[in-house]
Amino acid sequence: MDFNDSPEEAAYRAEVRAWLEANAPKTRTAGAADELEGGGDSMAASKAWQARKASAGYAQITWPKEWGGQGGTPIQQVIFNAEEAKYPVPPNPFQIGLGMCVPTVMAFADAETKTRFVGPALRGEEIWCQLFSEPSGGSDVAAARTKAVRADDGSGDWIISGQKVWTTGAQFSNFGIVIVRTDPEAPKHKGMTMFWVDMSDPGIEVRPIHQMSGGSGFNEVFFTDVRVKDSQRLGAVNDGWKVSLVTLMNERLAVGGPSGAGWSQFLEAARGITGFDGAPVIKDQAVREKLADWYVQTKGLEHTRNRTMTALSRGQTPGPESSIGKVVAAVQMQELGNAAVEMLDQYGIINDPALAPLKGGFHASLMGAPGLRIAGGTDEILKNIIAERVLGLPGDIRVDKDVAFKDLPTGR
Amino acid sequence: MNFDFSDDQKFLKNEARKFLEANCPTSRVRKVLDDDAKAYDAELWAAVAGQGWLGAAIPEQHGGLGLGHIELCAIAEELGRVVAPIPFASTVYFLAEALMLAGSDAQKAALLPKIAAGEVIGCVATSEGPGLLSAAAVHASVSGGKLSGVKLPVTDGDIATHALVLAKENGQPGLFLVEMSSGVTREPLQTLDPTRDAAKLTFSGASAERLGAAGEGLALLEQVTDRAAVLLAFEQCGGADRCLEMAKAYALERYAFGRLIGSYQAIKHKLADIYVKNELARSNAYYGAWALNTNAPELPIAASAARIAASEAFWFGAKENIQTHGGIGFTWEVDAHLYYRRSRQLSLVAGAPRVWKERLVSHLERRNAA
Repeated sequence: MDFNDSPEEAAYRAEVRAWLEANAPKTRTAGAADELEGGGDSMAASKAWQARKASAGYAQITWPKEWGGQGGTPIQQVIFNAEEAKYPVPPNPFQIGLGMCVPTVMAFADAETKTRFVGPALRGEEIWCQLFSEPSGGSDVAAARTKAVRADDGSGDWIISGQKVWTTGAQFSNFGIVIVRTDPEAPKHKGMTMFWVDMSDPGIEVRPIHQMSGGSGFNEVFFTDVRVKDSQRLGAVNDGWKVSLVTLMNERLAVGGPSGAGWSQFLEAARGITGFDGAPVIKDQAVREKLADWYVQTKGLEHTRNRTMTALSRGQTPGPESSIGKVVAAVQMQELGNAAVEMLDQYGIINDPALAPLKGGFHASLMGAPGLRIAGGTDEILKNIIAERVLGLPGDIRVDKDVAFKDLPTGR
Repeated sequence: MNFDFSDDQKFLKNEARKFLEANCPTSRVRKVLDDDAKAYDAELWAAVAGQGWLGAAIPEQHGGLGLGHIELCAIAEELGRVVAPIPFASTVYFLAEALMLAGSDAQKAALLPKIAAGEVIGCVATSEGPGLLSAAAVHASVSGGKLSGVKLPVTDGDIATHALVLAKENGQPGLFLVEMSSGVTREPLQTLDPTRDAAKLTFSGASAERLGAAGEGLALLEQVTDRAAVLLAFEQCGGADRCLEMAKAYALERYAFGRLIGSYQAIKHKLADIYVKNELARSNAYYGAWALNTNAPELPIAASAARIAASEAFWFGAKENIQTHGGIGFTWEVDAHLYYRRSRQLSLVAGAPRVWKERLVSHLERRNAA
């Protein structure tokens, strides 16, 4: 039991380090990831860095060489990510496209389409978004109501109408993959189809969502009579659910570390704030116990990632333990942020970065955490996934499975 | 990255599991539970000695297998799974570790081979009453190599041949090795977990040899306890995993309101919560195992984290396993209470979680100073 690279891994790490040292930026070109929301300088820097990685085969290391990868192993990608994270590289707006959308295109599109899209996406010249969630279905993706019907002119084209929501990066994406209802007479999972769409189509309107945290990282996307060719279809008609499973299967291995305010920032802050009897808050036993719990959770997740990497390193499929990360981290972010704010007592309501500790970082955790507990699978859905896929407990009783989609109760 | 048991270690662990499933079913554990006169399962103890497990981490020159602490962790996890009613922790995690850490060559040569052979049973006598351990709470004293004082509770105190005793010498706490054939009286105590014996020990002039330097007893005890904590964490992980398995098995056979109870989200989420805690505990325990095996400077922090996570996981799994079972889980006949009891025993025997949380944060404060 150790943390050492195998000889092959060490050699690869050395190669990656040398390349990064020669190629990676040494100073941050633009500000935080949030700046991507508005495009601008940060996007140009992101695209330039992506192009440079692609030119050396580092953009998607596990992809085959013919598509611009290295035909590498998952552990090599993990090694690259870890080394890359040591440099102030610009934010990466390409991950959803390269991790989920483009692999779906590669799996289901014809050769011509693949040749057209894969290279530009890999080099960061074109960005993709994933249009799955809808106002009528967040956790329940198969409740999608956005519909596609055949054009009545005999062209075989499809006309898409409806609304998607919570689409990350739609405002700067060139293309997207969209799942739509094509047969409302069929049960929900059996009447959907996947297409790729050109986001510059005049029938597509992107509106930013104003989040409760104040930011706007996500969008609503409205489709009004958007005409797409049948050749834009990915997979068979009404087979979209199966296609979407391929998309979701390609989700990036979650081996990244935590970000934002954690136990060490809390410890530092607690040293400088006055608690009971004039002693610093860090001397408060209740605070110390919470701090211990957060430390233990954080280390537990860190070493769970090490176990996942060990499986990859041994050429095995990672075990189910990798599924616990977000459900632990999101709740901790909320609890820690709130405890930090409460430790300030009355002053805690101030979130002005000029006045609040950590430039308002704890307040940012407090206000961002509700989103993290929902995005990418709610706490409840993740627990269902653990219970069903890891522990083998039965799925919930489904009242909607064998009913024609059009006959399902919809509420509001 | 190589942060898991190796294939050889997994093989050993699997063999240990098979051996214990055959030799330590809960029917055997219950014989100790139901019989007040039976302090431990002597037959199992002899069998475990025969497997060489008592000396897994003891060097070959002292009669052990000389494997290492990762292997001992693997065995500990398996013992925890079956709530083995034997004085393994007292003897191996505490007495053997203390001797290997601070024993003289003569003490090691005399005792380690006997520990490996199952001829010596250890116990740790530190507590004298309710509340936290501290220098001020130690009243037992050693003078002229003779120990006097009262210690309770002492796990395995009824059956031990040798004790590690915290006592003051010239007013300074020291850790003493006491051979228990004379100068000590033993009274059995009624405890939460009757599958693990405990006693009140009254020493009156028992011969005592100090381990380590004078006045450094608490520091040495902390070092020994850090090592034991990692091993105990593996026992706790084993117990916690077994709780999840029991709860899951019941959720997959019990019907209520026309459905398997395992199909209700209230149960599914409860079991998912157990799973998450168990995995966090396992990952922290692995780090503790690495630190223990390599004598890393991080051992005190790693051991604290392992102990806190494992105590939490076993407690949570044990209580929610009973809850998942409903009424039948509250009966003597169902094994769930064996794990509930053991989770309390293991959490308290080397310091309660709040003690370890305090210890962890103190270490973090020092490390993150400046």
